[in-house]
Amino acid sequence: MSFAEIAPVAHHHPWPRRIVDAGYWRDIAGRLAAGEWGFLALWGDTGAVHLAFLEATTPATVSVATLPCPEGRFPSVAKALAVASRPERAIRDLFGLEPIGANDERHWLDHGRWPGGRPFAAPAPGDAEDAAGAAPGLPPYRFLDSTGPGLHQIPVGPVHAGIIEPGHFRFTCNGETIVRLEERLGYVHKGLDRLLAGSTIERAAKLAARISGDSTVAYSFAFALAVENALGVKAPPRAEWQRALMAELERLANHLGDIGAVCNDAAYAIMLAHCSSLREQVLRTAETAFGHRLMMDGIQPGGVAVELKKEGAAAVRGLIKVVRAQFPELVELYDNTASLADRTVATGRLDPALAAAFSAGGFVGRASGRSFDARRDLPYAPYDRLHFEVPVMTEGDVNARVWIRIKEVEQSLDLIEQILAGMPTGATTADLLGHIMSTCEGLAVVEGFRGDILASVRISADGTIERAYLRDPSWAQWPLLEAAIEGNIVADFPLCNKSFNCSYSGHDL
Amino acid sequence: MRRILFENAFSRALTEPAPNADDPELAELAGQLQHGIDRIFGGSLSIRQVDAGSCNGCELEIHALNNPYYDLERFGLKFVASPRHADVLLVTGPVTHNMREALERTYNATPAPKWVIAAGACAIDGGVFAGSYAVVGAVETVVPVAIRIPGCPPSPKTLIKGLLALMAAKAAA
Repeated sequence: MSFAEIAPVAHHHPWPRRIVDAGYWRDIAGRLAAGEWGFLALWGDTGAVHLAFLEATTPATVSVATLPCPEGRFPSVAKALAVASRPERAIRDLFGLEPIGANDERHWLDHGRWPGGRPFAAPAPGDAEDAAGAAPGLPPYRFLDSTGPGLHQIPVGPVHAGIIEPGHFRFTCNGETIVRLEERLGYVHKGLDRLLAGSTIERAAKLAARISGDSTVAYSFAFALAVENALGVKAPPRAEWQRALMAELERLANHLGDIGAVCNDAAYAIMLAHCSSLREQVLRTAETAFGHRLMMDGIQPGGVAVELKKEGAAAVRGLIKVVRAQFPELVELYDNTASLADRTVATGRLDPALAAAFSAGGFVGRASGRSFDARRDLPYAPYDRLHFEVPVMTEGDVNARVWIRIKEVEQSLDLIEQILAGMPTGATTADLLGHIMSTCEGLAVVEGFRGDILASVRISADGTIERAYLRDPSWAQWPLLEAAIEGNIVADFPLCNKSFNCSYSGHDL
Repeated sequence: MRRILFENAFSRALTEPAPNADDPELAELAGQLQHGIDRIFGGSLSIRQVDAGSCNGCELEIHALNNPYYDLERFGLKFVASPRHADVLLVTGPVTHNMREALERTYNATPAPKWVIAAGACAIDGGVFAGSYAVVGAVETVVPVAIRIPGCPPSPKTLIKGLLALMAAKAAA
């Protein structure tokens, strides 16, 4: 019997979830490793592990495989598929489930400082027991070895020099050249999965909106869709279009801000000044239109929280005009400045083969030849009715990532115009409560500015969240940064890092 | 580039009045800020930002303080790369257990006199993450806090207000 012939579990929408045994589990891991299917997410549950992947059909379909782990073990996917390594380490830290055959047994999110040890499992010997985080309950983290004459290490973080999130980077260098970068993350782990479990849909939506502040709209969007899919509810058309408007404004704000910031890391401050003022105008428009600069909590399961008024729509139209007038000049400036190109071209190159092997999403994947955009490939309303292009390049360097984002700014401007022109009238919220009957599950994939965000929810009969998991695109992108930086100089790390702009909070959960 | 620079030279600055000219209370606060800085720091104040577990929303708005609209440096306030150079720690997030030691060490590395600002709902009382096994909660349970700036996240205007208020308090001290 092939995987597709296994009967899917009831009440899991819109894509099937199938319960498999270890044999099928290994088979799926093999197909993923062979590049036949694309990796989406790997996450834990009480006594089980879930693996979401993308089948290479036309159109693409998502599948979830669940392996029950009555003995607290599962065959390691990471043994064959490197992108699964950190998710497996996280599963072990949170659920106490052991990946058998994994080649990296170090803890990931657990730094030995949580009072009470593993949040979803009974405390194991060796787990931290102190409540104050005074004495670490785990041995010091062992970084991977790099040996050779003339090598030295540079430890950076978790507190960095700039205004950014915390994480630790361990560089091993030969002179100025980076031989190996190893990341250590988990510093901003807030125990989100545990907080979500047992909370009401309303509170869970608030938590989802605070997983990664720069993608608050995309996360709320993904969470709302997953809940609606689970309950078999559809948000009213006007709400769907408003959601897309918020999502494109968020993409615009982040792309504009980051294009400037990348240039600033190459000491080209004029781009930062202009791009950050454009970004500011996007945020102010968002506040006028949706009542919050980042549009936090603007999207809720069932619809949207704020009604777009005439003044709001007019403000957005005004913004588009401003960006259309100013942005092309900045693009020209970026393109014609040799000293800037000297820093961005051929720097931090990500091999397309690696981007494919890691199923890297977002501009990181698209700058290295992986043409995937959830808005096009797993279309959700209203994108199935909008026209846009998904830019793809193969150079994979800092310059390509900037160019993908420049092109995506242009696409977002087009999309916003289409959305404003086609915005339907009518209600903006649908009733959810009437649809809660028995345990049901929903899945959604939404394209944030950084890449595809996957949301999976299981809602119990009393209407509370039993288990929710939201996977940030950074899970695949962080390890690729380690690969892209190899052979570059230390001074180019900020530039490369910014060109990836992975999320710490979204990854650490 | 020359054309853009030329145009900029003859266009009006985007920077807005400090911080909001039609707000008498803020104008007064701004005056106190100058006074406070003059008295204690000779006209400048260095801020070290520490993310102790935020969702990154607060950082986005803190970043915005440096854009041409807010131009924080005109007040003599600037962000520095090391706690050793800082007078103020601007702390965000619900202080995760995994960040607690880093925050303490950053605080200890900052020379006195020093003040801590807890910025955002999470830093004030843990926000939506309060009660999680992975967070300590309010910043003040880890290091002494001089002032709290509310918001999720605080807008740049609120952040500026908070910085001004801190200066007013220092001047009165």
